Amino acid sequence: MTETQIPTEQRLDIRLSVNGVPHTTTVTPRRLLSDCLRHDLGLTGTHVGCEHGVCGACTVRVDGKPMRACLMFAVSAQGHEITTVEGLAEPDGTMHPVQQAFRECHGLQCGFCTPGFLTVVSAFLEENPTPTEEEAREAVSGNLCRCTGYQNIVKSVLRAAEITEERKGCAHAEGDAR
Amino acid sequence: MTTKMFGAPVQRTEDLRLLVGNGRYLDDLGEGAYEAAFVRSPHARARITGIDVTGALDVDGLIAIYTYEDLAGRVAEPLPLLIPHPALTHGRTAYPLAKEFVNHVGEAVVMVVATDRYLAEDACERITVEYEALPPVVGIENAFRADRLVHDDVPGNCAAHLVQEVGDAPAAIAAAPNRLELKLDIERSACMPMEGRGVYARWDAADESLRVYTSTQTSTGVRAAVAAKLDLPLDRVECVTPDVGGGFGVKIVHPWPEEILIPWAARLLDHEVKWTEDRREHFISAAHERGQLQTVRVGFDDDGRLLGLDVEILHDNGAYTPYGIIVPIITSTQLLGPYKPGAYRVDFRSLYTNTVIVTPYRGAGRPQGVFAMERAMDAIADHLGKDRTEVRAVNFIQPDEMPYDHGLLFQDGRPLIYDSGDFPGSLDALKKLVGWDEFEAYRAQARAEGRRVGIGVACYVEGTGVGPYEGGHVQVETTGKVVVATGLTSQGQGHQTVFAQIVADELGVPIEDVTVTTGDTRRFPYAVGTFASRAAVMSGNAIALAARNVKAKALRIAGEALEADPRDLEIVDGHVRVKGSPGASVALGTVAVLSNPLRYAFDEASKAATQLTGKADFSKPPVAEDDEPGLEGRDYYSPPTATFANGMHAVIVETDPDTAEIRILRYCVVHDCGHLINPMIVEGQVHGGVAQGVGGALYERMEYDEHGQLVNASFMDFLMPYASEVPKIEIDHLETPSPLNPLGIKGAGEAGVIPAAAVFASAIEDAEGFPITRMPIQPSELFHLRKRFAAGEIPALRRGADHAAGTHR
Ligand code: FES
Ligand code: FES
Repeated sequence: MTETQIPTEQRLDIRLSVNGVPHTTTVTPRRLLSDCLRHDLGLTGTHVGCEHGVCGACTVRVDGKPMRACLMFAVSAQGHEITTVEGLAEPDGTMHPVQQAFRECHGLQCGFCTPGFLTVVSAFLEENPTPTEEEAREAVSGNLCRCTGYQNIVKSVLRAAEITEERKGCAHAEGDAR
Repeated sequence: MTTKMFGAPVQRTEDLRLLVGNGRYLDDLGEGAYEAAFVRSPHARARITGIDVTGALDVDGLIAIYTYEDLAGRVAEPLPLLIPHPALTHGRTAYPLAKEFVNHVGEAVVMVVATDRYLAEDACERITVEYEALPPVVGIENAFRADRLVHDDVPGNCAAHLVQEVGDAPAAIAAAPNRLELKLDIERSACMPMEGRGVYARWDAADESLRVYTSTQTSTGVRAAVAAKLDLPLDRVECVTPDVGGGFGVKIVHPWPEEILIPWAARLLDHEVKWTEDRREHFISAAHERGQLQTVRVGFDDDGRLLGLDVEILHDNGAYTPYGIIVPIITSTQLLGPYKPGAYRVDFRSLYTNTVIVTPYRGAGRPQGVFAMERAMDAIADHLGKDRTEVRAVNFIQPDEMPYDHGLLFQDGRPLIYDSGDFPGSLDALKKLVGWDEFEAYRAQARAEGRRVGIGVACYVEGTGVGPYEGGHVQVETTGKVVVATGLTSQGQGHQTVFAQIVADELGVPIEDVTVTTGDTRRFPYAVGTFASRAAVMSGNAIALAARNVKAKALRIAGEALEADPRDLEIVDGHVRVKGSPGASVALGTVAVLSNPLRYAFDEASKAATQLTGKADFSKPPVAEDDEPGLEGRDYYSPPTATFANGMHAVIVETDPDTAEIRILRYCVVHDCGHLINPMIVEGQVHGGVAQGVGGALYERMEYDEHGQLVNASFMDFLMPYASEVPKIEIDHLETPSPLNPLGIKGAGEAGVIPAAAVFASAIEDAEGFPITRMPIQPSELFHLRKRFAAGEIPALRRGADHAAGTHR
């Protein structure tokens, strides 16, 4: 009935590599990476708190770097390696040091912001494996959490650095024993 | 050996799932469901003159469009007024979709359902709604002046006017040797959970039943509301609360319009429908809190002892009152804190404005009340030239005066009686923790370095664990695993863990064997909800009582099996054994088998059970007359009055002499919530509360323009604290157990946020030398206050007279 013709949306077949696994899916050009991961690929670990790039809940790692999945289109993620919270643990299920640290230090309450913190902190510790408390706080200062008051999150970052170090120690010890 | 779990900092059982991305929040559910989006009012007050949907009709993937005209039956009626009160003489609630008028920006006018949210939003954009804009009422003064009305039939914009009085406060003040009057102003903030609201509904046409998943703080409440509105028998409606990404009060309101509309559409369309709120929707269509103007008059003696206290409150309740007048009632009663007020009179008016509704936000009216009382305490101290803690101490209710009856009615309609607390002890602990007595030396040293510092203190008492009741169900399975259910929900406070701790201890089983379900009406249909720091007190005690029932039954059955007197039995590590002779024991799982005389052998345990004929007494039925099969128990806890937790905060701030930036140097908390079930979780609750308090005191303000537009409706513009803004929080606990409940606990959920605005005001004025009467206070505001102070428009604090001269250049 209307004058304005509604153009049929273009749909594109894309290939995404997420957590080392190739996925193919069909999306519209405007589909956000966050929505594509969550609703097209079923990886609902990545959360959406604001959809305008401020809260950090949707942070995933793109070629290792933390990126806000709500500020990226799914199509532009092609050809890049994406890591979501689902991809942090070892294939055998051993939790990533950051995950273990958040558990030990009560670094989460409702857990909604947590995947964003985990991806950010996992990337940060690769760059700075022995942060000071100040640096740890700085590292998580781009993510909002409404529950924890951040104190235990900062503690978790420092603890994660320790766990990483401890695990290296264990690996060495095992190596020596062999 | 089983170690005692109650009181231990047990790691949370919910975390494993949440940490690896296996949480199940509302928007993680409902793959393949249709999705809804809403056309919301762009005007604060307007008459709807026409809605044209034709432009949207050929949007690809459109399923349905609904306006008020399409609503039928009880869905077309106004939403319920959940908590009526005799003083709420002019309660008003919205329609699920606006009928003729809109009363705030963000009110839902049209609902669109499409195959996908993107397409639903496309359709929304192509719908034109014509409005005749009307001048809105924005701001408390305008509402009170009532030159225009929000609702034509509500005179003076006044939803409720309530006065409570003990003694004759005006007379006591008039007769007092000293008198003061304060005008205070607290701005609007909001809960802002990281996960917004969301609803997902599945209709089973063959079964004529509905399952609603919703991100709520009360699944039983939503269930009842949906059943009533959709005219379904209660047993045809199930409500499930999945993982909830924070609530802080906003998700106790129910039913939200969407909680009715989504299930309604799901049934109509015979297809799953879901709605996930976006952040802008949350800002303009969920709920806010805190906005009040207060006038405080006090009369006091030369020691600072209160003789009379008279408080007038103008409370902004927004456009509707679906949650009643709980917030100002709490303000007006909890204002008293740990003090004896002398004669007390409190008078509040709850006023309509053309803004988003106001409902409880963590602390629920208490931050404002504490602000009033603590500002008064500081003003009295200043007037008399006394130490601020000294003035507080002379007004304290003493431990030997507990229980203490204030002679007022609390939010639950019951007498305001404090159950326990040691306020002098708390203050001592706080002064030690923060170094109160050494602060003047520190200030002098800082001043010598050209730095400006101030210290603040604020005390509060928080009614927690309000009734009416909660229940718990505990069942031992034949594997020995224990499943527990309570109807109350969880939004991140670790309920699964603390309830498992309680059951592990009561039943003598390892905590790993206990799993807890919350907020699922399929598992426990009777409940009230999670709010008012009530979860641990209410469900915790109910579950403890249920576990005790299970234990009694287990001992009775095991006694028969072991041929022992149940009184000689104990349960250790999941085994019932004879005290002192651990050899004679039977596993709890086996007791569960024994409790249920079976006919069919469907697994090993049941096979064993069918063979257990034993010394059957054929004169009796297999299940005794007053018994039930199964090793399970259910119980309820319903207290006569609320419990009252308390605490005191102190903060040291530094204010930048040039930029007026406010830096937090120390933040100390002394907290008393009775026995701690899990100190790690309690401290986490305090941290989170303080962070929200910091937000409310220093940053967060809902900024409405005169047209009723919320101009900072995004995370970019509404400033919530990040890790960089929240200080390290130092905590000391006091445990004065509540005599009201078997576990001796009081709630802890809201504690951290309650005194924050007051304590910052106290510290900032201490640093600056002039009174702070308005919150939040951002650097720009402090900067302007300084200018006004320099221009002589604001009086100096008396005690500050000399030091202000020293610090102000
Ligand atoms: S959802 Fe992407 S930053 Fe908030
Ligand atoms: S844990 Fe709830 S928002 Fe961070």
